[in-house]
Amino acid sequence: MEKNMLKDENDRVDGFLKVTGKAKYFAEYELPGLTYGVLVTSTITKGKITSLDTKAAEKAPGVIAVISHLNKPSAAAYEQEGGPQMKIFYTDKIFYNGQPIAIVVANTFERATYAASLVKATYAKETFNTDFEKALKDPKAKKFQGQADYKRGEENAYKTAEVKLEERYFLPIETHNPMELHGIIADWRPNNQLTVYAKTQGVKATQGTIANVFKIPIENIQVNSEFVGGGFGMALRTWPLEIATVMASKHIGKPVKVVITRMQMFTMVGNRPAAIQTIGLGANKDGKLTGITHRAYGETSTYENFTEGVVNMAKFMYQCDNVNTSYVIIPVDLGVPIWMRGPGEATGAFALESAIDEMAHALDMDPLEFRIKNDPETDQQKNKPFSSKNIKEAYKIGADKIGWRNRKNKPGSLVEGPWQTGYGVSVGVFNANRGKASVKGILKADGSLLLQSATSDIGPGTGTGMTLIANKLMNIPVNKITFELGDSSLPPAPSQGGSATLSTVGSAVNDVCVALKSTIAELAANSNMDATANFVDVLKKNNLPQIEITKESQSGKEKDSYSMYSFSIHFVQVKVNSLTGVVKINKIVSVGDSGTIVSPKTARSQMVGGAVGGIGMALTEESIIDHRYGRYINNNFADYHVPVNADVPEIDVNFINKPDPYINPMGAKGMGEIALIGFSAAVANAVFNATGKRIRTLPITPDKILA
Amino acid sequence: MINFQYLRTTTAKSAIALLVKDKNAKFLAGGTNLIDLMKRGVTAPEKLIDINHVPLKEIKQVGNKIHIGALASNTAVADHVLIKEKLPLLSWALQAGASAQLRNVATVGGNMMQRTRCGYFYDIEMPCNKRQSGTGCGAMEGFNRMHAIFGTSEQCIAVHPSDMCIALVALDAEVVLASTKGERKMLFKDFHRLAGDTPHLDNNLKADEMIIGLEIPINNLAKNYHYLKVRDRASYAFALVSVAAAFEIADNKIIDVRLAMGGVAHKPWRLTASELFLRGKEASLNNFEQAAQLAMKDAKGFGGNDFKLKLAPNTIIEALNLAKSKA
Ligand SMILES: Cc1cc2nc3c(=O)[nH]c(=O)nc-3n(C[C@H](O)[C@H](O)[C@H](O)COP(=O)(O)OP(=O)(O)OC[C@H]3O[C@@H](n4cnc5c(N)ncnc54)[C@H](O)[C@@H]3O)c2cc1C
Ligand code: SF4
Repeated sequence: MEKNMLKDENDRVDGFLKVTGKAKYFAEYELPGLTYGVLVTSTITKGKITSLDTKAAEKAPGVIAVISHLNKPSAAAYEQEGGPQMKIFYTDKIFYNGQPIAIVVANTFERATYAASLVKATYAKETFNTDFEKALKDPKAKKFQGQADYKRGEENAYKTAEVKLEERYFLPIETHNPMELHGIIADWRPNNQLTVYAKTQGVKATQGTIANVFKIPIENIQVNSEFVGGGFGMALRTWPLEIATVMASKHIGKPVKVVITRMQMFTMVGNRPAAIQTIGLGANKDGKLTGITHRAYGETSTYENFTEGVVNMAKFMYQCDNVNTSYVIIPVDLGVPIWMRGPGEATGAFALESAIDEMAHALDMDPLEFRIKNDPETDQQKNKPFSSKNIKEAYKIGADKIGWRNRKNKPGSLVEGPWQTGYGVSVGVFNANRGKASVKGILKADGSLLLQSATSDIGPGTGTGMTLIANKLMNIPVNKITFELGDSSLPPAPSQGGSATLSTVGSAVNDVCVALKSTIAELAANSNMDATANFVDVLKKNNLPQIEITKESQSGKEKDSYSMYSFSIHFVQVKVNSLTGVVKINKIVSVGDSGTIVSPKTARSQMVGGAVGGIGMALTEESIIDHRYGRYINNNFADYHVPVNADVPEIDVNFINKPDPYINPMGAKGMGEIALIGFSAAVANAVFNATGKRIRTLPITPDKILA
Repeated sequence: MINFQYLRTTTAKSAIALLVKDKNAKFLAGGTNLIDLMKRGVTAPEKLIDINHVPLKEIKQVGNKIHIGALASNTAVADHVLIKEKLPLLSWALQAGASAQLRNVATVGGNMMQRTRCGYFYDIEMPCNKRQSGTGCGAMEGFNRMHAIFGTSEQCIAVHPSDMCIALVALDAEVVLASTKGERKMLFKDFHRLAGDTPHLDNNLKADEMIIGLEIPINNLAKNYHYLKVRDRASYAFALVSVAAAFEIADNKIIDVRLAMGGVAHKPWRLTASELFLRGKEASLNNFEQAAQLAMKDAKGFGGNDFKLKLAPNTIIEALNLAKSKA
């Protein structure tokens, strides 16, 4: 892999802890008297539990309790009418196959596992449907609007365009599958005091959800989640299994740990929902887009609705006066989905960016040229200028590095034996979010700075980024700065999602540092010291062991004046074997346009990780269900194919690294999502360029190439 | 966890003695398949006889044959200089299997005995004749993308998942088996079975027998060979289709040739008709194509795996091409 363009790369501040095994993840906390919970799951897809025999399990060695809807411990919110339908242990309804119906707690994990196998349920079965295609065709199936219809100019203008196309794209269910299994340790103490060790993208969110369900004061709940072994969105909510664990601890008065199995990762913690999309594009013969229609259908559950930004991109990514979108969600009898890296936009970009490539081909234009020709100067949807956008520069860098000049516009032109070579490009875009967060800064006379915020780090390197922001502003060496996170007692911050953490929490770090500096300057002036005096000397002179400032920070009016997005361009070169249908990605060039790069090394890791996730989406990942039974077939790491090293070529990561003048004090925009968004289309486009075959159903496996 | 007794032994004789004493006992070798099956509730032996300390790890040449002990690890076999020099096809096939970590503990005997990866077989809530006779075949009208196209039965269309075994059947290996009655030898090609109406049986090993090792004749196939595995990701995935191809060639005439396919049948699938066709012929693309077509006689898809009807012959051609261009 190529060296980053940016110099001065700092290591992850917690890198040493992670590679030496000293970083402690939730499941590693050994509390005195810890017990182990294992979830029993439904084996039917829809209906009601008619009986649940827990006697054998209760008598099994080491078993402390079996908890289900038969003996549900009190959970105030679930006792009321209304609210969510999936009130764990407060319903005998089965909404999907693999739904937790009981938890067995024992003094060892093995005993709990065995006893769980002894719990026997009988059901009244109902007919069900887990097949999204079938639900879409069924006129009786429920359908909900997922987002307000959007229209600019004329509706379906593509239909009357000089050159037009209308194509349908299918994305199957993907499952996040972070390496770390999900779970929680809950320790409910007398007087309704609760400590949990969680795997969460938001300690405050977990705290709030639990407080809500059990109706206990938020202050009674301490949530710890210092290290998270990957989330990709699946830890953005507190799942029923976590509530079940808290209930169990409350019930037995002992700490309970639950770590679910890899199979349960497919049914208990969400997924990227399947989507069916049609794109209509119209252009004039000169290659100007005259109409974009993006209609999307997304999968959701029967007990809770889930929506995401599938059709967002079509509204502003290209200059076009006539755009209309619709997004409809359709319930099937599966567990509720949740955002997965590049949520919605990644789904939408696969369709839109494939269609753009198809249109370029129809026009006999270079797809890169076509994109540049239709690149908008301003955001036509919001009718505002972009806060910053350097797409054209990014196109150029990427094109040079991938060797775009070697690409032939005619598909199937580059052939060597059975191998066909092709090049593909696509763009990714995601809202440059900035929320509200607080950070406490403690500047100490020993020369150190402690920063604290209840944010999370699911892997991007939050602590590293924050440390580097402070390091730059305060001129304090990195090893003298500590950033504490993953603790609900720290100043509040939002969950880590939507690529917003660096922008949101980083701004608060910035504000704290600025305030600390001016306090030091004041102190220096008051004690007749030079304005440039070192803060250690200033504190000492004033007999202060430390000063402490907390700042809350959020976006201001700039949000109303500018359209703010992060962008990425992905270039890939693929080789396709025409005999075996194998697609090999030979080279990847990704260019990130996300403002200032605060932490080059971890930023680069984000782009690399996004590309690897993109390879999975494009070529290998698919959660397969047998719709006759409503059960997953490939719910394990042997059969659900996350890309391995051999699938990942050299990834050349580049950044524009120009500050966005408006978004926040650092000029930095998020990049977790754009690292993946669009990637799968670049691969599909490259496969088309190599073979002349347009694959509109992901993942692109050998059978589809041969079909 | 369901309790079981763990026994450890250091000789083949005592291992066999322990095995016959208890109907519900199983050998534990690398454990990479057996333990998974126990965790999923597919099998529940009452006794595990750990045979890892039985001295059956040797790899050596005896006369014109290579002997491999049943407990040699997949890595040890793949990396052994004798195998790399004399039977490189076997080395390649092994390296195409699983992951480095798995190969380090997986053994030759265990690899031969590994069970199908059919998803219905692994999920005890689903119908599967192989796991529970008479419950039906979940794959037949379900998800059968990975399944067999040759020699299928109405009861089971699963494939044998091994890579190693594809090379072994091509190399005319023999299996050495032992029981209390002594040793016997069996041609490798006769070791695995078709599903027929006994889908619960994967092979012809008797309940009181232990695999002791393999004997593989040294051949002239160490120059032009290839093991081509087509799979959904570049490593650590089971074969959609794999082909072991090797030939001996003189003046561009094929003197000896071996072809076997994986991912297509309930047993390693030797392509005898194609071999017969190629023998004595020119190593040309045209002949390769004809050989591939011959191999497909009697192939049958079940919907999800129909693509194998095209992929299989293509893979044969490509494997032969690559074997030819080796040299
Ligand atoms: C995720 C994953 C991916 C894999 N991918 C591949 C792949 O791509 N290609 C491939 O070929 N394989 C693959 N494998 C399978 C792997 O090769 C087998 O699991 C392994 O070879 C089994 O060997 P073992 O020694 O661990 O057997 P064990 O699990 O110990 O035993 C398996 C069976 O063999 C029996 N047994 C073992 N030794 C003897 C003996 N000497 N005599 C009689 N019976 C015996 C045991 O009683 C048991 O029933 C994969 C496995 C996993 C888990
Ligand atoms: S193919 Fe065989 S193993 Fe798979 S479900 Fe059918 S009977 Fe079971």
